[in-house]
Amino acid sequence: MILHELISYDVLRLIWWGLLGILLIGFAVTDGFDLGTGTLLPFVARNDLERRVVINSIGPVWEGNQVWLILGGGAIFAAWPPLYAVSFSGFYLAMFAILFALILRPVGFKYRSKRDGVAWRRNWDWALFIGSFVPALIFGVAVGNVLQGVPFHFDSDLRIFYEGTFFGLLNPFALLCGLVSVSMLIMHGGAWLVLKTQGDVRERARNYGSIAAIATIALFVLAGAYIWAFVDGYRIVGSIDPTGPSNPLVKSVEMGEGIWLGNYQTYPWMMAAPILGIVAAFLAFILLRVRLEGLTVIVSGLSIVGIISTVGASMFPFILPSSLMPKASLTVWDASSSHLTLFIMLVVTGIFVPIILVYTTWVYRVLWGKVDEDEISGGKSHAY
Amino acid sequence: MELDIVDLSRLQFALTALYHFLFVPLTLGLSIMLAIMETVYVMTDRPIWRQMTKFWGVLFGINFVVGVATGIVMEFQFGMNWSYYSHYVGDIFGAPLAIEGLMAFFLEATFVGLFFFGWDKMSKRGHLTATWAVAIGSNLSALWILIANGWMQNPVGSAFNFDTMRMEVTDFSAVLFNPVAQAKFVHTVSAGYVTAAVFVLGVSAWYLLKGRHIALAKRSMAVAASFGLASALSVVVLGDESGYLSTEHQKMKLAAIEAMWHTEPAPAAFTVVGIPDQEDRETHYAVHIPWVMGLIGTRSINTEIPGIEELVELAKVRIRQGITAFDALQQIRSLPPGETVPGNLRKTFEDNGHELGYALLLKRYVEDPRNASEDEITKAAWDTVPGVMPLFWTFRIMVGLGFFFILLMGVFFVLSAQHTLEKRRWLLWVAVFSIPLPWIAAESGWFVAEFGRQPWIIEGVLPTAAAVSDLGAGTVLMTIIGFVLIYTTLFIIEMGLMVAAIRKGPDPEEEPESPAISSHVVPAE
Repeated sequence: MILHELISYDVLRLIWWGLLGILLIGFAVTDGFDLGTGTLLPFVARNDLERRVVINSIGPVWEGNQVWLILGGGAIFAAWPPLYAVSFSGFYLAMFAILFALILRPVGFKYRSKRDGVAWRRNWDWALFIGSFVPALIFGVAVGNVLQGVPFHFDSDLRIFYEGTFFGLLNPFALLCGLVSVSMLIMHGGAWLVLKTQGDVRERARNYGSIAAIATIALFVLAGAYIWAFVDGYRIVGSIDPTGPSNPLVKSVEMGEGIWLGNYQTYPWMMAAPILGIVAAFLAFILLRVRLEGLTVIVSGLSIVGIISTVGASMFPFILPSSLMPKASLTVWDASSSHLTLFIMLVVTGIFVPIILVYTTWVYRVLWGKVDEDEISGGKSHAY
Repeated sequence: MELDIVDLSRLQFALTALYHFLFVPLTLGLSIMLAIMETVYVMTDRPIWRQMTKFWGVLFGINFVVGVATGIVMEFQFGMNWSYYSHYVGDIFGAPLAIEGLMAFFLEATFVGLFFFGWDKMSKRGHLTATWAVAIGSNLSALWILIANGWMQNPVGSAFNFDTMRMEVTDFSAVLFNPVAQAKFVHTVSAGYVTAAVFVLGVSAWYLLKGRHIALAKRSMAVAASFGLASALSVVVLGDESGYLSTEHQKMKLAAIEAMWHTEPAPAAFTVVGIPDQEDRETHYAVHIPWVMGLIGTRSINTEIPGIEELVELAKVRIRQGITAFDALQQIRSLPPGETVPGNLRKTFEDNGHELGYALLLKRYVEDPRNASEDEITKAAWDTVPGVMPLFWTFRIMVGLGFFFILLMGVFFVLSAQHTLEKRRWLLWVAVFSIPLPWIAAESGWFVAEFGRQPWIIEGVLPTAAAVSDLGAGTVLMTIIGFVLIYTTLFIIEMGLMVAAIRKGPDPEEEPESPAISSHVVPAE
């Protein structure tokens, strides 16, 4: 088959780097408001009916949204197998914690309102809170660790060895990134709740959401300053063949201060990413105060787009730097699948992502409108 | 017994997969049955069918959500516990997993929300579309997962690339149309249909015994019996197809299932029962039926099926060929970067590379396979024999149950057509007590397929022992305990909710029974 050579290997790799970003952003923007809403659950809803309103605001859609994560995992496996292998085994216990939380979440949604007991429902409320807050925090912590470099190396058979510890992941910069992630998703979840609910719940969501928007800006700027001052970036030394075989060991890499900001000097247009992150978060704050509901979710979503793109743009072409053996760092040019696999996956993605977007839009239109308290207390429509 | 990281990783995968597979078969079958029931509702406009769809939908939901939650674990585990596997075959194995997400799981998960929340928000046809989308999505999911798994059983369309030290895809359509994957798909999916049919049949039988929700139970039973009969027949027929394909692609698995220690003259006899003895390499107290095995395995009376001893001899040859490939690979890799590989070296590797995996079997005994002694080669060759006793028996449990389901569904199909269900109370009890059996059959089937390919994680390509992540045994043990705790808790809760939902029965607000019954009753005045 020669068809795949229609698109050259380096271009395909670049496209897949972009698609990986789109998938992660897709997850953060869609499932993000679910995670934010779940985190806000104990704070914005004070009694059972209010809690059911909050849960039902995301009830019909969280399941589809979560597929972005499944898809992200699958796409990393298919397009960037070394990234999948190194990050999932390296962050083993952190991944386990995420899994634990992600098991609690679906079950919490489905089972909470199936029985009446106060203790039963309170326990599931906690499960939903943990199931939302823990992934939101850990995903941010993971990004923080990736930016600092991860202590792994390969042997000559490309067998993976990871030398870090679980508590090593919880360093100050990583925790700061975790907080950026949490506040960003609370802002997004708050915006969603303001759109989907009424009365007291909406007013509380408005308050928490706007506080979170300001916190997002402050923490994001702080993280940027921390990177500039304390975090070593990575740079490829000499040349690398963008169409070469996917073997990370055939290049040289150096580390140094300020390198992560270097891309913004080389390509000033990349500054659009952090600017979007900050400006959109500020707009979300304003819109929450002036009560323009529909637009707020979009604007807070754009802020997430900006913040995640900032990470990708700073690190390009690195995907997962190694602090232990810098030359083993995974980059766009040496950690992908084969030319043929990337091409096939691109074709499949090109066919199905538009279809997914069409039916997802249709589902959101069917479910448009505020969650009705009377409908929930009447038990209609299998509400959670 | 001291468990090392390989044993622990296998144990963890087996536990999480077996647990996940408690929920998958019911999802596969029940989603189709819901779609059938709702189609009848839309076509006939009789509210009882809407009530049925909603009632079985509640049970579907309780089951589905645990299937989803445990499915995420499966996807992440490859990277977490099997990182060398992920590196070695991600180029091929990752694609069907990703396509599963894109094509199937997204569809299923997006529309399952509408199934539960959309009853009053959409037209009848709109809602029916959502229900079918869930059914099609979950079944397509199984297709892609089994294409991935089928490749582990029969790794077609791929080759080892020494630049990247991994397997890469060479012919994607061969991976898609892998006969083993296709046979596994239809067999597994029909097994899921049987599971759901037996479940619906059993619960309906219980209602009839208790004299509750009669109209719903009878109609559900009619759907379950006809759907179940067709599925039970296809499970056995298609399962037989899987057996036939194993003869071609996984000879050792077939020989172990049959406890065939030696090649017998064709056509081989089928051993019905017996006690296989791995150490003495013979089966005690064996009861044979002449010819049958030869017919199942080869579809002919004069083709031989190789026995275990002969396959071990063959493995020795393949190990030696693997060592030649391994040696060529080491020479290629010792060349300075940029230098072209000499033609003869490349040819030696290309001629023997497909047996490279067999050389890796020696890694258990020697660091460098090229230094292996004759004794170690023999040991490694005997390692290719999976545990015969467990395979022999789980296979027979699965097949026995398969035939029982045909009988059960056949009987209920006739009774349901004759409207004589309530009179045979003992048969209704049989249906109730049959509820757990499809799960036993399905888990046995999973065991036969996966335990049967040991010591390979990918048949003939990568030994399981070479595929694990470099993790501490304590770390993995800790997560095993974590999974066992949360899964056990969830299982108890899930069973409790299932039983409660069944006891509660369908939503009385939807109850259409009274007008239907009153039309047969003479009014009081």
